[in-house]
Amino acid sequence: MYKYDTYDQAIVDSRVDEFRDQVRRRLSGELTEDQFKPLRLMNGLYLQLHAYMLRVAIPYGTLDGRQMRMLGHIARKYDRGYGHFTTRQNLQFNWIKLDETPDILAELATVEMHAIQTSGNCIRNISSDQFAGAAADEVADPRPWAELIRQWSTFHPEFTYLPRKFKICVIAADEDRAAMRLHDIGIQLLVRDGELGAKIFVGGGMGRTPMISHEIKDFVTADDLMSYLEACLRVYNRYGRRDNIYKARIKILLHEIGADEYRRQVEEEFAAVKGLGLDPPRAELERITAFFGTPDFDTTPNAEIDRSDPDFAVWLDQNVKPHKQDGYAIVTISLKPVGGIPGDASADQIDLMADLAERYSFDELRVSHAQNIVLPHVRTRDLHDLWTALAAAGLAEANLDLISDIIACPGLDYCSLANARSIPLAQKIATRFGDLGRQRELGELKLKISGCINACGHHHAGHIGILGVDKKGTENYQLSLGGSGAEDVSLAKITGPGFSEDGVVDAIERVTDRYLEVREGGERFLDTYRRVGFETFKEAIYNPVLETNGGTK
Amino acid sequence: MSDFALLRFRDDEPHDEPAVTLDAFIGQSNATAVRLESSDDARALLPQIAQLALIEVSFPGYRDGRGYSSARILREAGYTGELRAAGDVLVDQIPLMRRCGFDSFAPEAPIDIDVLRASLERYDTPYQKAADGAVPVWKLRHG
Repeated sequence: MYKYDTYDQAIVDSRVDEFRDQVRRRLSGELTEDQFKPLRLMNGLYLQLHAYMLRVAIPYGTLDGRQMRMLGHIARKYDRGYGHFTTRQNLQFNWIKLDETPDILAELATVEMHAIQTSGNCIRNISSDQFAGAAADEVADPRPWAELIRQWSTFHPEFTYLPRKFKICVIAADEDRAAMRLHDIGIQLLVRDGELGAKIFVGGGMGRTPMISHEIKDFVTADDLMSYLEACLRVYNRYGRRDNIYKARIKILLHEIGADEYRRQVEEEFAAVKGLGLDPPRAELERITAFFGTPDFDTTPNAEIDRSDPDFAVWLDQNVKPHKQDGYAIVTISLKPVGGIPGDASADQIDLMADLAERYSFDELRVSHAQNIVLPHVRTRDLHDLWTALAAAGLAEANLDLISDIIACPGLDYCSLANARSIPLAQKIATRFGDLGRQRELGELKLKISGCINACGHHHAGHIGILGVDKKGTENYQLSLGGSGAEDVSLAKITGPGFSEDGVVDAIERVTDRYLEVREGGERFLDTYRRVGFETFKEAIYNPVLETNGGTK
Repeated sequence: MSDFALLRFRDDEPHDEPAVTLDAFIGQSNATAVRLESSDDARALLPQIAQLALIEVSFPGYRDGRGYSSARILREAGYTGELRAAGDVLVDQIPLMRRCGFDSFAPEAPIDIDVLRASLERYDTPYQKAADGAVPVWKLRHG
């Protein structure tokens, strides 16, 4: 894991001092709320429905036990005893007092953490593959590149007042576990002629106008990466729309001028900036890469895993993935207990996960964009002990990638932008499909819920997506099908008229019933949907009576 | 713009020729001061950059960040004259603007000089190279 040197620490400490001064000026009235807003947003502080929300950055979703425990401490001392892990691999505290935020940032800084650029119209926290450094299919660990970009983008003087927020993701495998193609810039590391470099995609995003990114450059070496990103951002900063907040993301610029014209402008800008010495030397990437070295794996032979406990066996099959190192496994701790709030963890659970990471996973944890926690390096012989400890804390739900492993935004329970509640609906769906055997029969099924058109719950990328809207003062839910945020990226299509909260749960059940009727072999829901097409499911949703009477098929 | 509000980080005397618009400048070959709107292309000045002593970049609202790119483009092209940020310029933005190459500020509302001084001194070393000559952290790490 990356460790701060004195430079990194000084920057974060200075930020605490700066924000303390900004809060002081706000509280004294020197700053109007309008002037203070972009400053607090640049520190991850939002004003929500009931209180301030503070979003803490977890760079590329990686943290250690000490940092995790600090999050638990803050949850206890400054919030209501819990935190919420987010789709951008960060953590949000929902009940924060403005005058306490400088102290919270000061506490975070003691463990090399901060809330810098977790909101605002700037380059946000860099996201990455939660299995980085552990997955067998990666060409390299993507995190050193993500850290390099984190440093470059931190307080970037030119790109702090962009037209809109800007999200960058770095992965290093063909399997996309981080929704890379739905980021403003997606980077896939690959090897060409023996050299590691970056393929650059630009213009993806969700929100009210979802778009899949375009490949803009097939290969950029580490020597040119910062110059190239500088060019990508400069074209956007100069020509991205600023007249309409809903058309201000870079995806709209690419849509309006075309990917080829955008690429041409970037190349022109790149030619102008690449001789300016903006790129750190290779030695800097090497310095950072050294922090992400292979853990000291124990290679002595491992006993076979005892699968005699059926609950443990199910968890093994569902939540434990193969590791690149023999004798190790990647464990996902589900934060989606049936009936719970997706992504929430109590301070006690946070502490426990910190302890378990220290004991079983080389002191490393990850946050996934699906709002779960990963222990990336667990010795297989420790799996049963780990599971036992998790089960005792309500953290052994064996539902990774199943229908109850729901991504949901905070929705109308917290968010001032929301039109509808997301959390109660997620709870109803998870409860309806609560039987784990039934969920496993349905197989991989990614269900995602957004409480408004801004799509924080990634509904466009859901195999089943749900969008909450306001229909004449009542909450209404639109159902969509066929999205994916993975390497087979696609955008979900709306089925038709929306439903009430209970109605949409019924409609989902009609979809899954139809899937079970028509699937072939080992098809996932998404495979079946793509093979048989939208209409079959639409008919099941809206004409269920016709079906039960024998129908036309 | 009243003079009291002008903040300069230069030793030379303020330029007193009025700034002309970009369109006027392109057609008028002897002007020495120009004003860029946030939507103007700073590169249009480059063929005649040597004759300019003052370039004023307009910030119609503090959220409009286009002027930061204009400033860097001008400095990257070798412009050494006065580069002024004018309009809705807030005290917390000035350190970033300094890094982009602005060396003069005409904010439309008064700036608290003590806050500005503290904020300009706050960060010792930046992570990235920009237009201000500050040595980035990676350079300090590797020489």
